[in-house]
Amino acid sequence: MLEVKQVSKAYGKQQALKDIDWKVKQGEFWGVIGPNGSGKSTLLNLLSGTEMADSGEVLLLDKPIRSYRRKELSRRLAVLQQDGLPPVSFTVREVLEMGRYPFQNWRGADMDEHAEHILEDIMQRLDLTSLADRPLSSLSGGQRQRAALGKVMAQQPEIILLDEPTTFLDIRYQLQFMELVESWRQQDGLTVIAVMHDLNLASLYCDALLVLDRGHVAGAGCPQQLITPELIQRIFTVNAYSVPHPDHGEPQLLYRKGLSQTTPDEF
Amino acid sequence: MRSKLTGYGILGLGLLCITLVICVGFGSVSVPAREIAAILAHRIPVIGSMVEPQWSTASETIVMQVRLPRVLLGLLVGSTLAVAGAAFQGVLRNPLADPFTLGVSSGSAVGAAVLIFFGWQFSWIGIFTLPVVAFTTGALTLGIVLWLAREQGKIPAESLILSGVVMQSFLGAIVSFLTAMSKKTINEIMYWTMGSLNLRGWSYTAILLPYLLAGLIFLWSQARSLNLLALGEKQAAHSGLHVERTKILTLLVATLMTAAAVSVSGVIGFVGLVIPHMIRLFTGSDYRLIIPLSALGGGIFMMWSDLAARSLLAPTEIPLGVITAFIGAPFFGYLLYRKKKVRESES
Repeated sequence: MLEVKQVSKAYGKQQALKDIDWKVKQGEFWGVIGPNGSGKSTLLNLLSGTEMADSGEVLLLDKPIRSYRRKELSRRLAVLQQDGLPPVSFTVREVLEMGRYPFQNWRGADMDEHAEHILEDIMQRLDLTSLADRPLSSLSGGQRQRAALGKVMAQQPEIILLDEPTTFLDIRYQLQFMELVESWRQQDGLTVIAVMHDLNLASLYCDALLVLDRGHVAGAGCPQQLITPELIQRIFTVNAYSVPHPDHGEPQLLYRKGLSQTTPDEF
Repeated sequence: MRSKLTGYGILGLGLLCITLVICVGFGSVSVPAREIAAILAHRIPVIGSMVEPQWSTASETIVMQVRLPRVLLGLLVGSTLAVAGAAFQGVLRNPLADPFTLGVSSGSAVGAAVLIFFGWQFSWIGIFTLPVVAFTTGALTLGIVLWLAREQGKIPAESLILSGVVMQSFLGAIVSFLTAMSKKTINEIMYWTMGSLNLRGWSYTAILLPYLLAGLIFLWSQARSLNLLALGEKQAAHSGLHVERTKILTLLVATLMTAAAVSVSGVIGFVGLVIPHMIRLFTGSDYRLIIPLSALGGGIFMMWSDLAARSLLAPTEIPLGVITAFIGAPFFGYLLYRKKKVRESES
């Protein structure tokens, strides 16, 4: 589905990513974790095609990502940003319709004649029907993030990139959001790549994790292998216990008081 | 959206027709409204043949040769400036942007004034010389203003307006200087600084019409892109929009429209600012409505302004730019005030 080959990227003198290799298969749910400045956002920008790698290649369905036309790319790959949608005066329905942009010709006609139906279906699934005619500016943060997800769903992508999607949500909306993404993945065979801050949430929902540290891959694999006190200590310099989740045994972290002795270089 | 557009569109077109008849009717010789409607209808294909000509030739000459060209030109200039203003606001995501505040009008006026000063209006490529030169100087001005205002790749609203004002004063001084230096063409250059529709024949209308139609169609087709841009540039790029290309094309087309309008009527301020905002008050921020309705609103507004300009102190004519500034400037102030209120309530 998605392949990253020997990718490096630098901003001026600062090396953001160095020789990254990574393969994502169709239908997988990947979490990308790592401390601030480890290159997570850069990686996401390279994957979404908004930035170009200095060397190496990003392949989407075996084709270099830069060979896609903007609209064509947006029909395959969608991005949900951390800050979601601004509080504009467009209604939820209008914003969802904007998600159809890559399918519209210059007069605004949709190439899928069932577009109307697709939008209705999405609103049903995301419980947005009752909010359809409300302007975004009148919605709560959680509702707005749901509308943002709806807009991304309207793009009918095969792969979505989530950039810390739950940062500004309270715990109930965080779980609700992850559940919505998970059910979409199960229904449509969607591939999900999510940059996550919350390691416990990442461990609960992701099949696999990519751990980044100062621009390098520090580990890739299932949460059971990676969410260990040693790795957390090494990457985040935080002391923690790892305990299996009572329900299904995913590793969950319990943080310990007091900072670790070794501190990262930048401090 | 569609039903809204149809509703407002019919309302706007109705107002437009009524305005047209009233504005043609006003003047030193009175022509009854019914006669005007009949004369106008007579010229429309199909319907025309059903109207019996029952009017004096004098009335027809006044309507067709004197008043109608002027009123129609007002309609076109107003539409063009309002649509250009809506496009500038959308693409720069700045509610205070318009051809006047960005200095594009003044830039175009400088090009036009230089041509007139040296008597070169029709050299080089005939009637297209003036619009092309005005476009070039207008686009150059826009480039300088955007470059001045840019801070770390972003263009803050306040510095954009500031650099626009600076350019506008500077270019205004150039035009004033040319006016002072010129002896025989003094009145003609004066037109460019305050705007006028006086004594413009049908040829001017014919020059402007294709710019308005092509520009309107292009910008209307970009309306969904402008809507996406309202969500932020990154968001728009992720939704499949070619952000840089859209921005550059839209700015160029809006500049070209401004230049065409300025080259026939001079600098008329505030139309491009006020009209899209008035439309927004009714329709919200959907550019699929704002662009076409601005064309109607701008035309109506300009016809009334020109009527005021030529009839309030008749036979003396008030410069058109003075009228639009009298209406537009207070509205501009109101926008600033409201923006401040919104910011205060947010913090």
